[in-house]
Amino acid sequence: MLNLDAGISAPDEFYAALIDAHRGLTMAESARVNARLILLLANQIGDVAVLRAALLRARDGVAGSAAPERRPDTP
Amino acid sequence: MVAEAPGVAFGYVRSADQGAPRPVRHRLVVVGAGPVGLAAAIDLGQRGVPVVLLDQDASLSEGSRAICFAKRTLEIFDRLGCGGEVAERGVSWNTGRVFFRDRELYHFDLLAEAGHHRPAFVNIQQYHVEASLLARARALGGIDIRWQHRVTAVAQDDDGVMLTVATPEGEYRLGCDWLLAADGSRSTVRTALGHTSRGQVFRDRFLIADVRMQAPFPAERWFWFDPPFHPGQSVLLHRQPEDIWRIDFQLGWDADPAAERTPERVVPRVRALLGADVPFELVWVSVYTFACQRMARFRDRRVLFAGDAAHGVSPFGARGANSGVQDADNLAWKLALVLDGAAPARLLDSYCDEREFAADENIRAATASTDFITPKSEISRIFRDAVLELAATCPFARPLVNSGRLSVPSCYAASPLNTPDGDDFTAAMAPGSPAADAPVRVAGVPAWLLDHVGGAFTLLCFGAVPAHLPDLNLTLRRVVVAPHDGTAPSGWQALEEDGTLSARCDARPGTVYLLRPDQHVAARWRAFDAARLAAAVQRATATVAELCAC
Repeated sequence: MLNLDAGISAPDEFYAALIDAHRGLTMAESARVNARLILLLANQIGDVAVLRAALLRARDGVAGSAAPERRPDTP
Repeated sequence: MVAEAPGVAFGYVRSADQGAPRPVRHRLVVVGAGPVGLAAAIDLGQRGVPVVLLDQDASLSEGSRAICFAKRTLEIFDRLGCGGEVAERGVSWNTGRVFFRDRELYHFDLLAEAGHHRPAFVNIQQYHVEASLLARARALGGIDIRWQHRVTAVAQDDDGVMLTVATPEGEYRLGCDWLLAADGSRSTVRTALGHTSRGQVFRDRFLIADVRMQAPFPAERWFWFDPPFHPGQSVLLHRQPEDIWRIDFQLGWDADPAAERTPERVVPRVRALLGADVPFELVWVSVYTFACQRMARFRDRRVLFAGDAAHGVSPFGARGANSGVQDADNLAWKLALVLDGAAPARLLDSYCDEREFAADENIRAATASTDFITPKSEISRIFRDAVLELAATCPFARPLVNSGRLSVPSCYAASPLNTPDGDDFTAAMAPGSPAADAPVRVAGVPAWLLDHVGGAFTLLCFGAVPAHLPDLNLTLRRVVVAPHDGTAPSGWQALEEDGTLSARCDARPGTVYLLRPDQHVAARWRAFDAARLAAAVQRATATVAELCAC
């Protein structure tokens, strides 16, 4: 299951690298980098149950609620 | 057989029913002579059920419309007697290529496995398919096809259905025991009975341009995301017979459908794809939108709904006509048994269970494809493009690319007609699955398994023939694979094989499969047992067991 304990071998180094990866980019460019990064990391994790748990945890507290159900455009 | 060309009109013919003092009562009326209605009519006709087939028009489909006919549909057409004609006339293809901007991302082979009669897909204009089905229906006899007979009202009670039908000579009334509505996405029957098809409408428009040209493209499915010749949108290219190519351009929701249909708009789009020096001729142009939706229930008492009348999907994945023909395949044998009094009417509820499940599967797949092709938000477009960018160099991202998950038949794994496995088998060909085809030999002559099973319930025995069969009260086709002494007793069809069939069925000597008339697996065992066979047939026909075996 989703590991919420400390698991990154060099936290400061990782955090600096994360910020560096976005240096000089516009928000739009950063969004592209983040999207690719998420996909690469998701593949590394692989297990959909873990990924789902991470998605839920990431959304928790944002906009006040869990992801809404898809709503059809018409009845 | 030479099929009619598009645009051929069939004359209105007055039916004797029109002058009858009281409405004439028929056993079965089918509304809609498209691929689904024709397939159902032929299937029922082959089972000896007289069919009245009504169609409001007087011609085959206008335009090529559904062009991709899947392997399973061709196998059904084989059973209906016109698979060879459709397959030979169509363009076979197994390969799809996906492009992003100016480069090819990857390609895929839909039928990587050898040893199947039919290819993954053939591309052929819908009107050619309808012409083949129509020719077969006429040759079969017993199918009373009435062009320009338009249903305007439907009423039903517990005993039957009463239709009001408009013709060029005025209205008449027509009764039937059972009604099959295969009258398309704007189904008159569905509306007349107060039902609706509910779901998601997609805010996007697409342009179909069928062009005739001499072109160097191979017979493959080519899909472009954001190509230089049509920036920001997707394009799909398919080859059809007779040097006709289907080009499908995504236009976006704001496109003006009337303006986009004009040659002034279409020709430059096509030229941008082909290059300025490739001559071509526009054959058919259409601008369309679509919805993924279905009716809540495909049966309302004595009325059954099939094809687009019952459910709709986006076109990516070719799940419209293919799933509709599979509806007909699922329903026809059940309706025939009910009409013959060999099964109770509740057998028809299994049509709903199985085909509503299939519709949901198709809607899920088509919706996922559409969401990928038409991202609904800025962030979904960013993720979509990130997947495409990574897919060029990273194999992991390719399974995430979705340019249409192409139609495969549903496995009715949860069907109440299945006898669950009691013996140890691998998952392939589990109860509910359509039988996989395999090469066989009949008296040394190469043949295909699927030409020798189905139509009726089929007992497929490996190695040995049972000494005694139970009295089943219905026709049981009997097939033995690789009989021990090379021959089969009277009433049995012997097939030889090279091991492919046994591998696909996970069969050992003694293994027995019970296949339904639509070639789906009903039950399987490691050893024949007459009582278990009888119980499985009863279960697969929704017939209550008369004797308790316990």
